Amino acid sequence: MLHTLIGKKIGMTQIFDEKNRLVPVTVIEAGPCLITQVKTEETDGYNAIQIGFPRRKAQNMSAGQNGHLKKVGLEGLSQLKEVRCQNAPEHKIGDTLTVSDFEEGAKVDVVGVTKGRGFQGVVKRWNTKGGPASHGSMFHRRIGSIGLCQDPGHVFKGQIMPGQMGNKRRTVQNLKVVKIYEDKNLILIKGSTPGFNGSQVLIRTAKKARKENA
Amino acid sequence: MNPVIDEITKVAIRTDLTEFKVGDGVRVHIKIQEAGKERVQVFAGIVIARKGTGVHETFTVRRISFGEGVEKVFPVHSPIIEKIEVDRESITRRARLYYIRDRVGKEATKVKERRLSEGKR
Repeated sequence: MLHTLIGKKIGMTQIFDEKNRLVPVTVIEAGPCLITQVKTEETDGYNAIQIGFPRRKAQNMSAGQNGHLKKVGLEGLSQLKEVRCQNAPEHKIGDTLTVSDFEEGAKVDVVGVTKGRGFQGVVKRWNTKGGPASHGSMFHRRIGSIGLCQDPGHVFKGQIMPGQMGNKRRTVQNLKVVKIYEDKNLILIKGSTPGFNGSQVLIRTAKKARKENA
Repeated sequence: MNPVIDEITKVAIRTDLTEFKVGDGVRVHIKIQEAGKERVQVFAGIVIARKGTGVHETFTVRRISFGEGVEKVFPVHSPIIEKIEVDRESITRRARLYYIRDRVGKEATKVKERRLSEGKR
């Protein structure tokens, strides 16, 4: 089954692995997450669990959120996420998911919102070359041609252009779990993950990992 | 730094190694795994830079080996370092001694010595 946890990105550092190599890791404080709702084929037409991450006091949350949680006898879970399950979920409402569900050495996907860079031109956003700086070229960081003439008569889809860069939900796949601190609810993942330090991320078992790592 | 990250990396930080600074002539004893066996290799030279903080602090050692300048960068807290011996201490006026890269011959290994411990060289 796919394990999923809501977490908070703490930041990056390096640790020495068992072969004494210095490995870059992202530290994520994940869970403990509570199961707030169980959806099954009979009740909702599909199988899923809804998990919550305690972030806020109940008094600071909206009445709608509180009402939803009150129905199942929980409170203070401001971050809720629904996770699809292949089969009918074996969890019950109120069950706790922790980092110990993951294994060291296993592969995970991390979903987060990337750092927002605002409205950016093509050089920064798409790594185009840009023109010569001098000799009166008058073409420095411009976009260039975006297409042809009457035939085809329109700009092709996917044409790179300036626009909002970052601040988008992005998934990084197949990152290795380097270490797990069960007592501190911390999980150390090799490499970088999207978003600022302190931002919310979703960790789940890698969807496309090779069979032997699954 | 973040207190959580501090706590994780604290365990890896080594306090058992000899203190050394930029300009010192050092002999770095490195444990090397080879064909299932472990042996110790010594890399001797001058520390020309120390960079970074905490667990990712590194230092660069430069030596002239068979007429060719060789530099190695070690993490200060690396478990493969068995010990560090300080051969010579020196007085430096720079934090990074990159200028000795441009020096040729005898000058290339010479940094103003502090006459405390007589060098082996």
